[in-house]
Amino acid sequence: MSKHISSLAPSVVVDTAAAHVAVTPMTGRISLRARGDLAAIGKAIGVSLPTQIGICAKTDGIEVVCLGPDEWTLLVPLDQIEKVQGALATLAPSLPHSMTEITGREITFQIEGPHAADLMSIGCPRDISTIKVGQARRTLFDGATVVLWRDAETSFRMDVWNSFAPFLASTLETGAKELAAELA
Amino acid sequence: MIQIHCPYCGETLPELEFAYAGEAHIVRPESPSEQTDEEWAAFLFLRDNVKGPHFERWRHAHGCGRFFNAVRNTITDRFYITYKAGEPRPDLAKLLEESK
Ligand SMILES: [Zn+2]
Repeated sequence: MSKHISSLAPSVVVDTAAAHVAVTPMTGRISLRARGDLAAIGKAIGVSLPTQIGICAKTDGIEVVCLGPDEWTLLVPLDQIEKVQGALATLAPSLPHSMTEITGREITFQIEGPHAADLMSIGCPRDISTIKVGQARRTLFDGATVVLWRDAETSFRMDVWNSFAPFLASTLETGAKELAAELA
Repeated sequence: MIQIHCPYCGETLPELEFAYAGEAHIVRPESPSEQTDEEWAAFLFLRDNVKGPHFERWRHAHGCGRFFNAVRNTITDRFYITYKAGEPRPDLAKLLEESK
């Protein structure tokens, strides 16, 4: 059953035979910009930073994606975020970097189902098949910048800024319904 | 749609992810206060407006976020090369020869 989002609370956006879209529970998010001794940062946060754009790493609930030559986004469980921030702050004097908590800036849509990749292709100009399972990319979806994670062939997560969320939810809802109508 | 190669991402991607950012290799004068008004205005505003192969900046705005340089033909929209910011300006004659 589809539900129109007027708030950003975790909820099902749309559920059709083609794809299921939901807003995920809140997670901690950190934007990290750094150069130099990346190994020291990896050691401090407990997961080594991938250096190729689009590549992800994961340990103990912390997920990292490399978004630029010196930019990463960390997804951190809410109860671990202070620990990660503390570890990075300890490094700051010897290794200057920028760490910004962006937990409140974004929400995440989870998109699953047999036509999840088709649903991504209605709004993303990229060839979706170039995003391999286990990778992520910052790209565009229906005009808004998003980070698209591919967890499986038919499972994606899309991190979007709050202000775009209702608009993108409605795009995803329309797309999922149209793809399901094609199946019928 | 034009496909553009981002030298930082190492991928060739749709134009929609990118933003044009003007002529490349414009060097800011070392001492602006020693510039005449005419020289400073030329630095700020005067561009070559090339018809043909053009050295220009692009930004992978909806991707890695990086500025980089490109040589694009302003008539055909063909990209001959893209390269990272700070890398030397490629030799145009050689580039055009290689792109034949
Ligand atoms: Zn890029």
